[in-house]
Amino acid sequence: MKDEKPAKDKLYSTIFFSTLKLSAFTFGGGYVIVPLMRKRFVEELGWINEEEMLDSISIAQTSPGPIAVNGSLLVGYRLAGFKGAAIATLGSILPPFFIIALVSYFYDLFRQNTYISAAMQGMQAGVAAVVSCTVVDLAFGEGRRGGVLSIFLMAASFVCVYFLKWHVLLIFLISAVISFIHSRINGSKKP
Amino acid sequence: MIYLQLFLSMAKIGAMSIGGGYVALPLIQEEIVNFRGWLTQASFSDLVTISEMTPGPIAINASTFVGLQVGEFLGAVIATLGCILPSSIIISILAHVYKKYRKLDTFSEIMCGLRPAVIGMIASAALSLVLFAIFNSGAPSLNISDINIYGIIIFIIAVLLMRVFKLSPIKTMLISGVLGVIAYAVI
Repeated sequence: MKDEKPAKDKLYSTIFFSTLKLSAFTFGGGYVIVPLMRKRFVEELGWINEEEMLDSISIAQTSPGPIAVNGSLLVGYRLAGFKGAAIATLGSILPPFFIIALVSYFYDLFRQNTYISAAMQGMQAGVAAVVSCTVVDLAFGEGRRGGVLSIFLMAASFVCVYFLKWHVLLIFLISAVISFIHSRINGSKKP
Repeated sequence: MIYLQLFLSMAKIGAMSIGGGYVALPLIQEEIVNFRGWLTQASFSDLVTISEMTPGPIAINASTFVGLQVGEFLGAVIATLGCILPSSIIISILAHVYKKYRKLDTFSEIMCGLRPAVIGMIASAALSLVLFAIFNSGAPSLNISDINIYGIIIFIIAVLLMRVFKLSPIKTMLISGVLGVIAYAVI
């Protein structure tokens, strides 16, 4: 967190409106929250660093529930305790809630609208670009911080998810064990 | 007691969906279509279509949608709360544990392993997204008719917008949407 801590009211409203905006744009799967969260909380506000953001996403992944909601809750908690968590959670569920409520009333209109489906198709390519660019940045940053072990774990995790379709919890478990043993062998070196 | 049933069904789905939206989908189908009979198979397909076209996690979309069908607005509120309650409790506990122990050596050694692992997972999702944008079938193929030219063009423009013009992810996505309208609906 930066030194100049914002006033409480400002902090809560920023958390609420940031998670609201992020959630309104998580098209195309939960991981889209990663570029959005990185942009808002790491780059624009500077309230958490990249490692803390990755930790939040990891923890969000180890539990049930949507990554986007879990991730927002974790960042909210990190910034302002349980109240922050509650505000962040509310912010992240309101947009999908009202959009679905609206869409299901106008479903036929919505489904048959060629402009909406065309926009969605274009957005899909945009989402692919946004997530790819972000993951490249994250991978380089992590490689610099963690060295050979990190590069190995990133590659291994990718192969295990994409090709072998392993469960995420199994991958987390193995990675945690490898990392733990590695730092114990290397002894004094602080991670 | 329809509201209680809604709440419990969604809480069950919310508590069991570990590992992303596509894990949640069969759970939702089993509970809502097969067990409760709240949606027909056809309206379940509608739900999946709507979820893909709107932002937000599929489990939340499903809760709101089913809640509305079964118990109007109040039903939707109760179903959505039910869906996020179990995971919110678990995550709040984990958030507390993380804050308390993250300075601890053992804990940070473990987190050091999870960070690269989660990047690998995001990379896997990114590759799937790129393949879906480039190929109509979503898988690599040499069949010309399977290649989505507009998808490739919009993908490249979006990468340039992010990298060269340093646009924010949200602006990049919005412009991609506009390009999609031009490419697929106007041309």
